Amino acid sequence: MTEPRSPDFNLIDDLHHQAGRDFSLELFRRLCLSRAFDTRVRQAQIDKDVQTLIYLSVGQESIAAGVSMHHRGAWVLPQHRCHSTYLSFDGRPERLVDELLGLPSGCCAGMGGSPPAADFERRIIGHDGLIGDHVPIAVGVAMAKPEDKVVCFFGDGAAEEDYVLAALGTAASWKSRVLFVCEDNDLSVLTPTRDRRSWNLAEVARAFGLDAVDIADDPWLVAHHAATLTLPALINVRTCRVLWHNGTGQDGPPEWDRFAITKARMAELGLAAEAEAIETECTTQVEDLWQSRLQTRSGN
Amino acid sequence: MAVTVADTIRELTRSHIAETNGMTLGQCLTAVGWVQNTVPAQAEGNHELPMTDVAGAGIAVGAALMGRRPVFVLRFQSLLWLNVSPIVNYAAKSMEIWGVPCPVLVRAIGVEGGGTGPIHSNCNHSMVMSMPGLPVCAPMTPGEYRRIWDHWMSHDDPVLVSEHRRSYLSDRELPDMVKDGAVATIYALSAARFTAEEAVARLEAEGIRVNLVHVLWLKPFDRSPSVLAPLLASGRGLVVDCAYECASAARSIAYELMEATGKPVRALGLEERSPGASRHLENGTPSPERIAAAIRALIAV
Ligand SMILES: Cc1ncc(C[n+]2csc(CCOP(=O)(O)OP(=O)(O)O)c2C)c(N)n1
Ligand SMILES: [Mg+2]
Repeated sequence: MTEPRSPDFNLIDDLHHQAGRDFSLELFRRLCLSRAFDTRVRQAQIDKDVQTLIYLSVGQESIAAGVSMHHRGAWVLPQHRCHSTYLSFDGRPERLVDELLGLPSGCCAGMGGSPPAADFERRIIGHDGLIGDHVPIAVGVAMAKPEDKVVCFFGDGAAEEDYVLAALGTAASWKSRVLFVCEDNDLSVLTPTRDRRSWNLAEVARAFGLDAVDIADDPWLVAHHAATLTLPALINVRTCRVLWHNGTGQDGPPEWDRFAITKARMAELGLAAEAEAIETECTTQVEDLWQSRLQTRSGN
Repeated sequence: MAVTVADTIRELTRSHIAETNGMTLGQCLTAVGWVQNTVPAQAEGNHELPMTDVAGAGIAVGAALMGRRPVFVLRFQSLLWLNVSPIVNYAAKSMEIWGVPCPVLVRAIGVEGGGTGPIHSNCNHSMVMSMPGLPVCAPMTPGEYRRIWDHWMSHDDPVLVSEHRRSYLSDRELPDMVKDGAVATIYALSAARFTAEEAVARLEAEGIRVNLVHVLWLKPFDRSPSVLAPLLASGRGLVVDCAYECASAARSIAYELMEATGKPVRALGLEERSPGASRHLENGTPSPERIAAAIRALIAV
């Protein structure tokens, strides 16, 4: 078995070869949209167009992209680092830009800034800023709507919150239709997991009776498990936060570069040119959006 | 080099760990500058808690029962809502129920503005004041921090310290300002003490003379003659705080002042709405303008 902190942790060989062409292209598009979006948010903060606190998903985009391939339409509860989840689950990008710019047309009317992005009409339920607070809420949503699926994202730090563990246990007891996804970047702010706890989340989830896996953030692998686990279930996804906890800074290269690895896999599938075109399209689409919203703001 | 509030907290903690078997517990203590440089950068005595915002306080309470006098750090006062149960239900009652002291020092850090948004931007010290057994203070100067620390070290009670990031880089003491001919007295709490100072200067420039009394202990409130005299002399009072008004420290103190003096005293706090992340939606400590306006309204009555 490979090391947990490695890009191939519990990888299933050739999974990307088994996926259809359209699936891989759409998966890559979602990943690219988030990457382009947060790269642009970072610039907007450097330019001082965005002055509120930002929590960027750069490096972690493959998780939401992968899960969303099988779960759009579910109720979704993102964590505070939410932009990639919001976008992959079809939250309206212009409303998120407006929120970051502090406009009344923002998805939280300028009240929340980056962490609580929500699009209730599209079943994206906002986060309040208290880490893990939304995990019991996800179980409540599932209880009240047994016919619907619920997907709940949280971090490896939030996983330690008392009420998160209680919520996992309750979901198991009630057989709630919740997919819990831990975006495990091995950090809570700057404190590594080894300085905080000795236990493993997937093992704890299994002990509660959840179907659970512990995997690297390969997007095909994430999508595969998101599609095949029996709910309630938990996926702990090892990933790398490229930038600082909040803001725009970067400490050094990430442990691995999932975006580059994914592009290499697209090339293996003979989709290098298509991938490049998608990347360019996403960057242009995001830049156009920002320009138009910035103009709207200066016109206000 | 001047000694700031942050330096004072850090050095008191350092010697507590080194000399009196003390300890610090909290989340991400080492991260991002050791909690604004208020925690000594040393492994010994510092205990990284997991992100357990209910159990964490319970663990600190356990350590307090064992006589370690733990310093329990909450990086935002918003986290009090989660952590408060072991503090008010166990630590604060331990002496009365079992006769066992449980002296944990809870450092609850007030933060506002800068995009901190609807949850973390706030002081929530009022919430604990309606429970017995837990003195509450809000030191804003190095000397005051040493005083409340000495109090904690020499008593059996747990203490809730409502800190404010705004004070950390300050090295000033804040003496009361009591003047002949003052027409009102401001009793200022926490970060509102800094804005109240400015408000007093502005009013003075307008020819309105106002006393300023700095309040260190929110509970129990000190009703000694020297605290009441400026109000008795000026005839009107205003208690200003960086927390909400309803069921608050400010209103509670205003009530105590009225009861003790028979003089009218109002309270001023945050506007009754959640603070937003965007600058134009923030809701922070009453500004000098708001305080000055409240005084003008008070003396117009
Ligand atoms: C209940 C609560 N406790 C503490 C915090 C302070 N805090 C904000 S983000 C964060 C780190 C969370 O780490 P993790 O859950 O792993 O998410 P990541 O930021 O790594 O994506 C902490 C401790 C908070 N916001 N809410
Ligand atoms: Mg993390």
